[in-house]
Amino acid sequence: MEETLEKPEKPVSRKKPKMTFESKGRTVYYQLQDKIFKYFALAATSLGLIVLVLLLYSVFSSGFDRLDWDFITSLPSKRAAKAGIYTAWTGTLWIMFLTTIIAFPIGVSAGIYLEEYSSRSRMSNLIEINIANLAGVPSIIYGLLGLEVFARFLNLGASVLTGSLTLALLILPIIIVSTREAIKTVPYTLREASFALGASKWQTIWNQVLPASVPGIITGVILAISRAIGETAPLIVIGALTYVPFAPTSPMDEFTVMPIQIFNWVSRPQKAFAENAAAAIIVLLSITFVMNAIAVYLRHRSQKKVKW
Amino acid sequence: MIKNSLVLAFSAVVLFSCGGSSDKISNGTDSTSTAKYEGDNTLKIDGSSTVYPISEALAEEFREQAPDTRITVGLSGTGGGFKKFVRSELDLTGASRPITASEDSAAKANGVEYYEIPVAYDGLVVVVHPSNDWVKSITVAELKKIWEPSAQGKILRWNQIRPEWPNQEIHLFGAGTESGTFDYFTDAIVGKAKSCRGDYTASEDDNVLVQGVSTDKLSLGFFGYAYFSENQDRLKLLPIDDQNDANGKGAITPTAATILDATYQPLSRPLFIYATKKAYEKALGKDFLNFLVEQSPKLVPETGYIPFDAETYKLVKDRLVAGKTGSLFLTLKSTVGVDLKAELKK
Repeated sequence: MEETLEKPEKPVSRKKPKMTFESKGRTVYYQLQDKIFKYFALAATSLGLIVLVLLLYSVFSSGFDRLDWDFITSLPSKRAAKAGIYTAWTGTLWIMFLTTIIAFPIGVSAGIYLEEYSSRSRMSNLIEINIANLAGVPSIIYGLLGLEVFARFLNLGASVLTGSLTLALLILPIIIVSTREAIKTVPYTLREASFALGASKWQTIWNQVLPASVPGIITGVILAISRAIGETAPLIVIGALTYVPFAPTSPMDEFTVMPIQIFNWVSRPQKAFAENAAAAIIVLLSITFVMNAIAVYLRHRSQKKVKW
Repeated sequence: MIKNSLVLAFSAVVLFSCGGSSDKISNGTDSTSTAKYEGDNTLKIDGSSTVYPISEALAEEFREQAPDTRITVGLSGTGGGFKKFVRSELDLTGASRPITASEDSAAKANGVEYYEIPVAYDGLVVVVHPSNDWVKSITVAELKKIWEPSAQGKILRWNQIRPEWPNQEIHLFGAGTESGTFDYFTDAIVGKAKSCRGDYTASEDDNVLVQGVSTDKLSLGFFGYAYFSENQDRLKLLPIDDQNDANGKGAITPTAATILDATYQPLSRPLFIYATKKAYEKALGKDFLNFLVEQSPKLVPETGYIPFDAETYKLVKDRLVAGKTGSLFLTLKSTVGVDLKAELKK
């Protein structure tokens, strides 16, 4: 539509630039264009919201009645009414915790190195391209890698540790990229001021650059973890279980996680299992919401302290 | 500044995990000492998602009489389960099809001997929309005409299958190519596993197929019997005529009875659990497999599948006791139309 409007007008206005009638027409056209784009953007924004509301409505309407304390504290069962998610959510929290303490220091350090230390060499370009590519690798491939390297070669088995290491690899690119972006937003004058006062490179990074970029880094990490706790495929590949009648007590224990339990219940023929799945989705969503709330709070807290 | 936020972030995570471990204590039946199965109280089960409900039911019921055991069940699929089984990473694996020759030779290469235990029947059903009033039954030849690879892009209307059916489009729904259901259906109907037309709505999740068939007036689909019995009001079941009067005359409606007495042919298949010889040699494995044979008649119907009669389970147990390892189906190649009882007796 845009092109058909524009094409006949362009040569006309170029030849007769002084004609006010023509330029008024163009103003009306631009205003219209402005309005159309505004409503298009509004529609795009609300689309995400509408989908979320529909999803929440369908999940809550079928799963909310099923949600009670017994559901949270019971073991999985063949009887839908008796089945619970105790081993699933404990598994998910274990995975979340271990994945974070593995991926966070490695990812942030790599981000700092690439942004602050490495010079523009062929090597660093190669690393950058690789990280960007890693972010696009399907998650099941990480599962295969985890199975061969961690579960079999390092002989860790289908343990919580294997799952966490695999998911840590999966989210490393996200953490590295978001760390770099956060560090980039720190103005260079801040570093120069620090150097001028005689601070070393390490002192500058630790005392100036990192505090200023913490909000961005934490946001990236939490988003990455949120992705990790929703993953099913790589964990099934490494051998994560579905029916586990005990919660993990050490990183070497076998485990299951919430998405696997949900996947299993959704595919069962009995409708009561579908209600269980909906209730489990509510719990998983709540965990994600709590994490996002923590992220927002941390960002807000650290942002207040940064004063340039 | 940064330290504070880091400490906060970590303490939040630590708090979570503490919540996990403190809750444990209240639920910790698994931490009591093992009496009966001293040393090895674990049993690892994995395999087909079709067999999963049976394995889960057995593991759960067994745990009620022996709470100090650690029996776990995974969901890797039939092929994924066998891959781990032949490396002896598992004790038991569920399978919706028998072990293949290549899987069997991989097991032999790794020195893994195994028992083959048929546990239940699963029927595949062919269904149409409830308002479909022209189809009363369908023959295997007609099903083949619909589903064989050469039908792709050609058999598109109901009257191409039987001239008296209306001149309207036919919409097909079926299992995805990764599932054991797909392998069995194509083997039984087209005559060759995995040989099928590609232009139909495929899903690995049978609930999606139920949804598809029940909302499309011109549909025809196939999936597991359990998914039909949970959705009887939304689907119309088709009796199937295999044009072989030796196993029941005319079109046979799939029910628990016709699947069990093998008159509903060729779309009823046995499901299996495979156990390594090593697993049967340890106390827990032996007790569990005996429990499986004894309790299956009671537990299998609860999961939506059809149990064998008592005689078949006894034959299965006899094979275990006699130490008959290996698969019956390496020479038979296929489970389609196999008389299980006669084979077990051999």
